[in-house]
Parts: sequence; C-alpha cells; structure tokens
Amino acid sequence: MTRISIFKTLSAIALISGVGVASTAYADGGFVRPMSNPLAAEECSACHMAFPAGFLPAASWKKIMSTLPDHFGEDASLGADAVAEIQGYLVSHASKRTRGIDLSNPPMRITQLSWFKHEHGSRLRARAEASANIGTMSNCTACHGGAANGRFDDD
Amino acid sequence: MKKGMNGRAAVFLGAMTLAIAGPLFANPARDAIIAKYASEAGVSTFSAKRGKALFMANHTGGKPTTPSCITCHTSNLRGPGSTRVGKPIDAMAVSVTPSRFTDIAKVEKWFGRNCNSVLGRLCTATEKGDVLTYLSSL
Repeated sequence: MTRISIFKTLSAIALISGVGVASTAYADGGFVRPMSNPLAAEECSACHMAFPAGFLPAASWKKIMSTLPDHFGEDASLGADAVAEIQGYLVSHASKRTRGIDLSNPPMRITQLSWFKHEHGSRLRARAEASANIGTMSNCTACHGGAANGRFDDD
Repeated sequence: MKKGMNGRAAVFLGAMTLAIAGPLFANPARDAIIAKYASEAGVSTFSAKRGKALFMANHTGGKPTTPSCITCHTSNLRGPGSTRVGKPIDAMAVSVTPSRFTDIAKVEKWFGRNCNSVLGRLCTATEKGDVLTYLSSL
C-alpha cells in the first residue's frame, strides 16, 4: 500500500467514525494537502512557503485576498485575474472546520488558530522566535522539513 | 506628431547608447525592458550611480517595516537576500542571477509592490531604469 492510499483509507475510516479528517491531521501533525494550483503555488511562495489552503477557512482566505496591498505590512498586490483564480482555489480547498472561529471577523494568521496554538505551546514559540534559524512561526519549513510537500510530522 | 518623432528618436538613441555602452551581461529581453523605460522617461541613458543611491538609501513614506530596498535584498547584492519571513531571495546582481529582469510582467509586478512598500508611491520610469542599469552593472 502506498503512503497516499494508506492516508485515503485512514481518512475514510476517520470520516465514517465521525472524526474530522482535518482535525486528525492537525492533531497528529500529519499530512495536509499542499497547494496544488500552480499559479497560487508560484505567487504565494514568492515570499513565504505556500501555506496549504486547508489551514484556513474560506472567510479567512477571502479577507486575505481582498487585502493584498497591505499583506502583513507589505504590498503583495496581484492583477485582478490572478486574484480571482487564486481566491477561487483557496476558497474551494479551505478548511471546513469553523467551530470556535468568528467568521464575521475571520483570523488572518494560521498561527492564531486554536489547533496551531495547541500544537505549538508558548515555550516552544518563544524559543522558535528567539532562534536565528527560525525567527518566526510562519517559517514552517525551518522545523517541518516536509512542509512544502504537506508533511507536518513532528520532525 | 513632432513629439512622437522625438520619442522615437529617443528610443533609437537610447537603444544605441545601451548597445554601445551597455552592461557586460547584456540580454535582449533585459535591454528591451530598459529601452521601454527610456522611452517612457524620454531619456537616452540611465545612471547606475542614481540607481545605487535610490537602492541603498533609507526612505520614509513607505511601510515602516521596509524602509529600504536593502531591508530584504541586503547591501551585498551579489549574495542572497531574505524575505521578512526568512525565505531566501536570489541575488539581485545580474552577474549572479542572469535571469533577472528579463520578464517585463515580473519586473513591473515587483517594482509596483516594492516601490509602494519602500517609498509609498510608484517609481518613475527614470528610477526604474536607473535601478535596472545599476543592478545590471554588478
């Protein structure tokens, strides 16, 4: 059995047993589908890792894509066609887990989400932010070597 | 009509100047981009010295996190830069990254974003030509 088919089987079991696939993946630090739209992958990875669409709910992606001229303190403007294609992809592949999230004021940062904070405690965060090699919690690949391929194991 | 003639003359002169005194690492696509800025600015030559000054200076008016081009690109333009989240940026010097400034859409996209981030406004055609001339000379 390949790694992917094992994942699919586990996902199916998780669905049948009523356990959210996404929550299983996050809690275990396992596999999250990497960005599969070439334009989105290229544009988003120009400055940072192309974070998987499944890490944020659709409302968050809409807010991010409508505020690109001030994207966390930088101008990340794109043409209207590119914005439409990338937003369409992100929204259709967004996280469906919205329990406990204020969708009228959706979170802009993956690092604000409760599962992320659960996985990365305050002591770990302080250490990571003080490290010259990591610097910021947005730097997934500094600790998760397979992050760009969707693997967020505890490595 | 007269203005149009002058414009064309300027482009021709600019192209000739760049062809003769042009950068060591010439590339037709890059030359065309620089010639386009020369035409827009109505000038025949650009200044690598002015480009360097603009690139290295600290500016106000842009976003506080990015007061200068070298905030991310560093002052060693033959070495890699780093985005604010730590992702490496290929060296800006054309001698190190020969594919630099050969795609007009990419060049315009990044001038648009970064002039706004650093200066709080769009760059003029003269500024863009100066910077490309400077980085092509490295």
